[in-house]
Amino acid sequence: MSITQFLFYFLTVLALFSAVMVVVSKNPVHSVLWLIAVFFAISGHYILLNAQFLAIVNLIVYAGAIMVLFLFVIMLMNLNASAEPQKNNWLKLAGVIAGGCFLMVLVSLVKQANELNNIAVTMGTGEIGLIKNLGKALFNDFVVPFEISSVLFLSAMVGAVVIGKKA
Amino acid sequence: MPIQYYIYLCLALFSIGIVGVLTRRNAIIVFMCIELMLNAVNLLLVAFSKVHNTAALAGDKTSMIGIEAQLFVFFIMVVAAAEVSVGLAIIVMMYRNVHSVDINFLNRLKN
Repeated sequence: MSITQFLFYFLTVLALFSAVMVVVSKNPVHSVLWLIAVFFAISGHYILLNAQFLAIVNLIVYAGAIMVLFLFVIMLMNLNASAEPQKNNWLKLAGVIAGGCFLMVLVSLVKQANELNNIAVTMGTGEIGLIKNLGKALFNDFVVPFEISSVLFLSAMVGAVVIGKKA
Repeated sequence: MPIQYYIYLCLALFSIGIVGVLTRRNAIIVFMCIELMLNAVNLLLVAFSKVHNTAALAGDKTSMIGIEAQLFVFFIMVVAAAEVSVGLAIIVMMYRNVHSVDINFLNRLKN
């Protein structure tokens, strides 16, 4: 087993285990910390896929900024595990069965798709993930969406301030 | 690595997110599970971008095919950041009004 294969399996197991722990943790703070572990695993996958810029952006934006925001909100509300209301067990079981059925249907769909059989992801080649090439594409072909996203950020900021303000 | 492995990984992550949304009542956890689903989709986009880039590199050594998918992921992250700020503001306002983040309190709009 080569080193990239080993890393792939390691990161996959880490991502899935942490994702399950996000859902089953009783304490919301623990959920946030497990979600950060998921984001680290996904960033590792990005690096394996030669998307270095996206890996760093994923760490900075998701694991850095968004998760700190979540943590702030949770600590602001002073939530603890005992205060959280639980759904009854039948509803939980129904949710798990629904999600499992979704997974089963899509996995069987992918299994039957013969078009995907000979497609392999080769790791360690290609330069499209480098910041130089991404920047060229971003500021040549995608200037308008880029500028529109700045307007989106401004409106989101104004919206968050207006909503969060004491009415 | 066959592309199927990446598809299975992303499907599993997405399904875990769905199960979380369906089984938890804490609004913040539900929101975090939505973030998990967004990330699963991002990973799948990057994997397919890699596949197409590898296929194009066989013909042209400097091919940039597949770069659109990575920029698409970048824009998804931008939108997700904006969405999180507004969503958390809504959750904070809800907590201020009903002193709980239980999503079952939100069904009062029903009547």
